[in-house]
This record gives sequence, structure tokens and C-alpha cells, in this order.
Amino acid sequence: MSTPATAEALPASPPAASRLRPHAWWRRLAALGESTPASVGVVIVLAWVALALLAPLIAPYPPNANDMAALAHTTPSRAHWLGTDQLGRDLFSRILWGARPVLIIAPLAVLGAAALGSLLGLVGGYYGRWIDLVITRACDIVLSFPVIILYMIILAHVGSSAWNIVGVLTLTKAPIIARIVRGMTLDLREREYVAAAKMRGESALYIMLVEILPNARGPLVVDMCLRTGYNVIIIGSLGFLGIGLPPPDPDWGGMVKDTYGMMMVWPHMALFPCAAISSLVVGFNLLAVGLRELGLRD
Amino acid sequence: MARFFAKHLLFLLFTLLVVSFLVFTLNEFSPGAVARKILGAYATQEQVDVLTKQMGLDRPVLVRYVEYLGGLASGDSRLRGTHLFLNGEVYDRGAVALALGGPYTVSTIVFKHLANTVLLAAIAFACIVPLSTLLGVVAGMRESSRVDRVILMFSTVVASIPEFALGVFLASVFVVWLGWLPGTATLVAGGGWSVAAQLVLPVTVVVLFDSGYVVSMIRASMVEVMQRPYIRTAVLKGLPFRAVILRHALRNAMLTPITVIMLQINYLVAGVVVVETVFAYPGFGRMILEAALFKDIALIEAGALVAVFLAVLTNILGDIAYMLLDPRIRA
Repeated sequence: MSTPATAEALPASPPAASRLRPHAWWRRLAALGESTPASVGVVIVLAWVALALLAPLIAPYPPNANDMAALAHTTPSRAHWLGTDQLGRDLFSRILWGARPVLIIAPLAVLGAAALGSLLGLVGGYYGRWIDLVITRACDIVLSFPVIILYMIILAHVGSSAWNIVGVLTLTKAPIIARIVRGMTLDLREREYVAAAKMRGESALYIMLVEILPNARGPLVVDMCLRTGYNVIIIGSLGFLGIGLPPPDPDWGGMVKDTYGMMMVWPHMALFPCAAISSLVVGFNLLAVGLRELGLRD
Repeated sequence: MARFFAKHLLFLLFTLLVVSFLVFTLNEFSPGAVARKILGAYATQEQVDVLTKQMGLDRPVLVRYVEYLGGLASGDSRLRGTHLFLNGEVYDRGAVALALGGPYTVSTIVFKHLANTVLLAAIAFACIVPLSTLLGVVAGMRESSRVDRVILMFSTVVASIPEFALGVFLASVFVVWLGWLPGTATLVAGGGWSVAAQLVLPVTVVVLFDSGYVVSMIRASMVEVMQRPYIRTAVLKGLPFRAVILRHALRNAMLTPITVIMLQINYLVAGVVVVETVFAYPGFGRMILEAALFKDIALIEAGALVAVFLAVLTNILGDIAYMLLDPRIRA
């Protein structure tokens, strides 16, 4: 901190307000309870997080263990609560373990996209001129490409692994975030507190990250919530298309891919993973609906 | 107006150029890569070298790219379609390949699959637009009413279920349990099912999944419009509510969503690969997926170009539709 004395005299920037109230985020979490969709969403998402964390304790079987005896009766029974799949692996255990990669990859990719997208949007919106033009056009080009086709081409070339999926999701979602942040930066950079920061000689990076970005977070948080839900859908879809996480570790989309051809005989094998992934996405999207509702109220 | 079109046309061409270059280099950067992919992992290095020479792949990637562009411009896709004979397994499967019968050039394959997808997309689009307009307007005209809540929940939940899961859910009811519909849509009538019956489930999945999103966009726009002063004036003037909605609110509320709606064409043509896979539908998205899985380079490149062309074109159509609806821009 180079200028502590003058900073006091100048108009305080809004982000300082949240730093003054140490319990603000608790109050905000409690505020989620005011909106029915938000509270249902929080409950669903937290339930899945808990199940994923506790998978080693709860899961009755190792996820990749084959129970050959169970193959005679794969449908739900007392030994296998949700039945087994076509290789005699316990579906309940596989669904619990399958929650882990999804709940790591989807938020990680959203954070990556938010970081990259915010940076691009801030730089484009703050500097304007040709930098802005280049960034906007580059984003337009990525956005114009049908996303799922882009995944197919890239993943078919580089092979699919958890990190590759995170990378591809980050790259393709960043332009959307960049567009939102850029729009808000164009507006925010004209505010008094930005002028004040410029006057006291702060660097452009400081102004972008400390003065502008925190004030753009409202719409950003709602969008990140939606993106997480969409990422879960995409991870599932990639698994279903056979270009998702490599077998044999459980992956919800891959479980459906392996078993939906046997639906006439054993519909439960495909139905349970489908229900799992659907409920998780519903959770994230309800949370987004609730957050938007709460955001509009104040 | 002329400037508007010129600008967009230029951007379309620029995007196509950038994308074609990226896809081309991604596929063909290293000289031996193409020949290796065609011949497979078990070919000897000598065989790979011979094919590389024969196809002229040992020349710099830029030269080959320019040649590729020239081939595209003159419509000579057969030139590069030689790959396909070597990778026959992709194209011997499914109804389209059987119906085609002849020597398969890249363009024949791309356009046959594209036509199938356009059929699916057109039916779905014809359902999505009226359905989501109706639901969105009814929900948005009285924000937070019970009807609004129900529609909002419905659209949120429907848009949250991945297409493959929606397909599995519907198929388990209508195919496995009730036996009313076929589980696959190969577009060849067989097993006692007509093509029309085959189309029901894929169309339903696409319509449900996509409507969820479009409804929420239209609803949000409608909510915003209903708070404008001119709506209050119209109500206070004593106009019947129906007239306020139909004459004053609807047109303005459709302004923002019209671009979103046009963008759905893009999703419907290129993004429905999951639905096509669930129902074994011989469509464009699944063609690219198979090309990517089998590393059929000529087909990937052509498919990507067509997909991007359609994407940018629908973007432009969206802008035009926006312009036609909004008199302020038209003037």
C-alpha cells in the first residue's frame, strides 16, 4: 500500500463496504432461504456434494467391483439397492463415485472461464480501441462455433482426460463471461471511484481487479451458477457420446451410454444415472433462478 | 442498410477463413499425420511415407491450405474425398449410406446428413416458437402470479435435464412401458413403425429441452416490458387487458428474444448430436461425431465449415429480424 493517507480522504470504493461487515456472507446465505427456488437448489447441490465427499464411507461396494452372482438378477434388491449394471457393478456405489468427477470438473471449468473471461472483458472494456476490437472479434468467433462440435473435434484430437475437458470447457465458456464483464466495465470505468483511483496513481491492473471487478460480480455470480449447471450437462453429454472421461471409473454420462441399448430389458441401468445428473443440474439452475430473484429484490 | 450487410458479410467471410485455417492446421499440421490417420496404427512407416508423397502432404501446411481453399471454391470436394473410401466403415452404416449407394464424395455425405437434420430441426422449430412464445408471454404478463411460478418452474426443470436423460426418460415410458413408439429413428420405415412415428420422440426431446431456455428468455423480456410507462398508460386508458397484451406488449417483448430464437436454429442444426445419438438418427451432428471418432479428416473439415457457416448466418438473420421488428433501427 503506497498511499494509505490519501486513500482515506477519497471516496471509498463500494467493495470496501463488504469488507467492513465480517458476517455479511452468513447473512447472504441466510437470505437464500427467503427464496423457495434458491433454498431447494442449495439443498440439492449440498446433498450431492455431501454424497460425493462421503462416497468412500457410504458406498456399499467398490465402484469397479464386479459381482458376478448379481448378474442373474440385476434389478434393485436388498444387496444392491439400485441394482447392478451389465457387468455386475453396484449402481448405487457407481452413482455416488460418479458425482465426484462432475462436481470437481464443472466448478473448476467455471472458475477457469470466469478468470479468463473476466480478464479479457476487463482489458477490452477498460482500454477500448483496437484491443477491445481484437478481443470482441476473437470471442465472437469462438462463440459462433457450435460448442458441442468444437468439443468433438478437439477431444477427438487431443484425447479425453479430466484436464482436457476442463481446458476445453474453460476456453469455450470464457467468451460468454468476457462479454458480460466487458459490458459492465464500459459502464463502471466512468464512475467517480475509478477516477479517484486513477488520480491517486493506482496501476491499471489494480483499478481493473479491485475497483471494477468486484462491482461487476452480481450478474457474474448468477451466470457462473448457470454455467456450472450447463457444464454438468456437457460433461454428461460428452460421456454419453463416448468422448468423456475414460473408463472404467464411473461417469454418469458414460454409464448411460453403456446401458441405454439394454433399456428394453433393464431400464433401471440407464434411468438411475439419468436421474442423478438431472437432479444435480436442476439444483444448480434453481439456485441461479433464486439468486436472480434475490438480486432483483434489492 | 448496405453498410450493415457489407459489414456482416465481411465478418462471415473472415470467420470462415479463420475457422477453416484453425481446423485445417489442427488436422494436418504435421506432414505424416494425415497419411497415418488414413492408414491406421498397423501400417508400416514405408506405407505412410508413400501415401504422404502421393497425396502431396509433404509440402508446407500453408501451401496445402491455399490449395484446399481453391478446391472448396471450385466445388471440387471429390479431390479430397479419397479418404472416405479408405475409411469405409463409417459410411456403410445407417440408412443414408444405403440409400446413397454410389461413390461418396464429401459434399454428398455432408448434404445428405444435413438434409436429415434440417427435417428434424424444421419440425422442432415450428413447435418451439409458438409454444415458447405462448408460455413466455402468459408467464411474463403477470409476474409472480401462480401461473408465472408454474411456468417458470416447468421451464427451469425441463431445461435442466440433459437431452440424453430426457430421451431415456421418455423412451422408458413410451417405448419400454407403453410400447406406443419406436426407440430408434433411422428414417427407414421398418419393424411396423412409420417414419412419422420415429420422429415423435426425437422432436419431443429437442422441443422440451430447447423450449425451457427460450421460454425463460421471452418471460424475462415480457416482465420488463410490462413495467414500462406505455403499458401503464394503456391500462389506465381503459383498454381491455387482452388488447394491451396483444397490441402493445407482445411486439416490444419479442424484440430481445428474437435474436435468441434465431440462434436456436444454430443449436437445432449443429447441437442436436446428443439427441441424434440417442435415437440413432442419421443426422449432421452424429456424422461429425463419427468423423471425429474415426479421424476422417476431410469430413471433419467440411462439416466444421458448414456448421460455422450456418452459425454465423443465423446470427446475421437474427440481426435482420431484430431490425425489421424495431422501427428505431429500421429508420
